[in-house]
Amino acid sequence: MAVPILKQSYYLIATIQSALTDLDLLQLRDGLIERVGKFRSRGVIVDVTALDVLDSFASRTMRDLAHMIRLRGAETVIVGIQPEVAFAMVQLGITLENVTTALDLEEGVTYLERKFRDAEAGA
Amino acid sequence: MPKLEHDLRLKTCAAVSSDVDLVVARRKGRALAEESGFSASDATLVATAISELARNIVTYAGTGEIVIGLVNGADRPGIAVIARDRGPGIADMKRAMHEGYSTSGGLGLGLPGVRRIMDEFDIVSDPGNGTTVTIVKWRR
Repeated sequence: MAVPILKQSYYLIATIQSALTDLDLLQLRDGLIERVGKFRSRGVIVDVTALDVLDSFASRTMRDLAHMIRLRGAETVIVGIQPEVAFAMVQLGITLENVTTALDLEEGVTYLERKFRDAEAGA
Repeated sequence: MPKLEHDLRLKTCAAVSSDVDLVVARRKGRALAEESGFSASDATLVATAISELARNIVTYAGTGEIVIGLVNGADRPGIAVIARDRGPGIADMKRAMHEGYSTSGGLGLGLPGVRRIMDEFDIVSDPGNGTTVTIVKWRR
């Protein structure tokens, strides 16, 4: 598979390393949802730092990915959207609504850990 | 704009028929933009526009071509992209250029977005004859 997916305690980290084809993106989506079940992950981080174009298809796939993973009881955080990419997305009118984003991997991990700490405390 | 192609410098022409070709076309657009002194931001806009147009070709026409080159404006150069196919064409141009998702009145082709991020935008589409979209981004 084009995108390496690492398991880190209760979450998965997918690090996109180069330009992805549409097929690679779909395989990533399916690979993540399968592993969420297999490893009983509670969170998924998708690191798009190396992605130089996030067009309407990629954004739709990210949104679907986050939605599908939420249906399986886990939370997705997209991290590393670069400034020029963010600018292009806004100009194109892409919103990534209902998808959690964070600045980078570190912030993404912090977000997930805080969320699960709160969840444990609440229960 | 119709005669544009003859005036293109550093022209590349890429056939587009699969999603791998999209990556190649994006890369070519970005490379030309960066080599020609466009900002990283504008290079990304060019690559993104190419991605949208090339994907439409693959999705609706199966195959087509993307021509990328430099064009001389009145006082500065620009990057021109011609996305051309002999597919089914767009019957309802008004809907195609309508903002919003396909469920709310637009056609989901991303054309309004492409028009917004480019400086020049032209589309010619003939149902049965194909579609040609021409866009230009001027260097700032």
